[in-house]
Amino acid sequence: MNMFLATFFDINIMMQALPLLLKGAVTTLKLCAVVIICGLFGGLMLALRALSPRGWLRWGSVIYIDLFRAIPPLVLLIFVYSGLPFAGLELAPFSAVVIAFFMNNSAYFAEVFRAGINAVPKGQTEAARATGLSPTQTMIHVVLPPAIRNVLPDLLSNTVEVVKLTSLASVVSLSELLYSANMARSVTYNASPLVLAALLYLAVLWPLVRIISRYQRGLAVK
Amino acid sequence: MRFLETFFNPAVIGQYLPDIIAAMWVTIYLAVATVLTGVLLGAGLACIRAANLKSVNFCIIVFADVMRALPPLVLILILYFGMPSVGLSLSAEVVIWLVLSSVLTAFAEEIFWGGLTAVPAGQWEAGRATGHSKFQTLIYIALPQAVRMGIPPLVNRILATTKLTALGSVIGVKEILSVASSAQSFSGSATPLTMAAIAYMIIFIPAVIASHWVERRFSYKM
Repeated sequence: MNMFLATFFDINIMMQALPLLLKGAVTTLKLCAVVIICGLFGGLMLALRALSPRGWLRWGSVIYIDLFRAIPPLVLLIFVYSGLPFAGLELAPFSAVVIAFFMNNSAYFAEVFRAGINAVPKGQTEAARATGLSPTQTMIHVVLPPAIRNVLPDLLSNTVEVVKLTSLASVVSLSELLYSANMARSVTYNASPLVLAALLYLAVLWPLVRIISRYQRGLAVK
Repeated sequence: MRFLETFFNPAVIGQYLPDIIAAMWVTIYLAVATVLTGVLLGAGLACIRAANLKSVNFCIIVFADVMRALPPLVLILILYFGMPSVGLSLSAEVVIWLVLSSVLTAFAEEIFWGGLTAVPAGQWEAGRATGHSKFQTLIYIALPQAVRMGIPPLVNRILATTKLTALGSVIGVKEILSVASSAQSFSGSATPLTMAAIAYMIIFIPAVIASHWVERRFSYKM
């Protein structure tokens, strides 16, 4: 038991590692902010394209969505980070991570938005068009508000996935939370910093996971 | 032309194709093991949760929440680097399998449990009234409906989790990404990374397309 505590919950090591980890957490937050905002916006655009009546626009987005849902995000990241330099395009870790995760996340967010838009009854669009709204006005004022309200839990759970995903940035040595924790582990030969990182992730994500569970249960009962 | 030379170099493809194919089997093997363990344990936990034992349910909920909130890479590093210090060395494959199937178990449990709570109370009462025991009602009446309702989200979650086998590359499992990464540094060419991306597409695009089909086939109309 003592050995277990000393390996995973050494308070002294945790206190020493804390400042480094908090610095990493700031990078993680920045990364999350950029990736989530870009992913939401890109996903919405893709979803609108995927529902467009024009064939080539629709197929382009559908192929994009399926392609980036099929490739693991870490593979994309490694490709962008260590593959593109061969083509003369050298990227800083932060930009590489943002680009790779944007490709992955916009596809996931697009799927969510598409499901939401599809669930809005067709009659609503027809009614809006009949009252003289343009297709764009119909989309913005009539279809999107209920569509987004319907998929809020899915958007939230996707957002949680994005936060979890940012931990992969440690692989390309971007000094975010997990990378800092792993550095501290290799210096101290002790897993406590990793456990501390896990606790920090939990502190932020557990409440969100709880909310999602509540929300989904509510929908299921209804 | 230089682009083709960099990302689709035939000599490099020929040299590393056998390795990548061997690695595809490792990925498939890990994915199948994860899916079997995760889905079965998830269904089992949901059934245990239906027995309504307060303290047991508390443990299940905490397990499911933590596994859904933590980034899998954090768990992988903790197990891989922490366990040897308490005298339990796990091979990299076992660590990946343990972590990914725990994550999938947590999500599957939530999905099946959501389905079980959505089965109308009348179904339970009818089952009990026709002389089934509580356990029989659960297995023969409630669970099949819960599984049916849960299939679309479960398929998506299975896809997301099995793609995480790429995380094996971080701790040296010989799956597609790690074989491709080392081939990339040996050959000094980005081609192995392209091969990795294509290998993942070969495995996962059929799965993504199947998931669209499953979503239409099993979509639960309220």
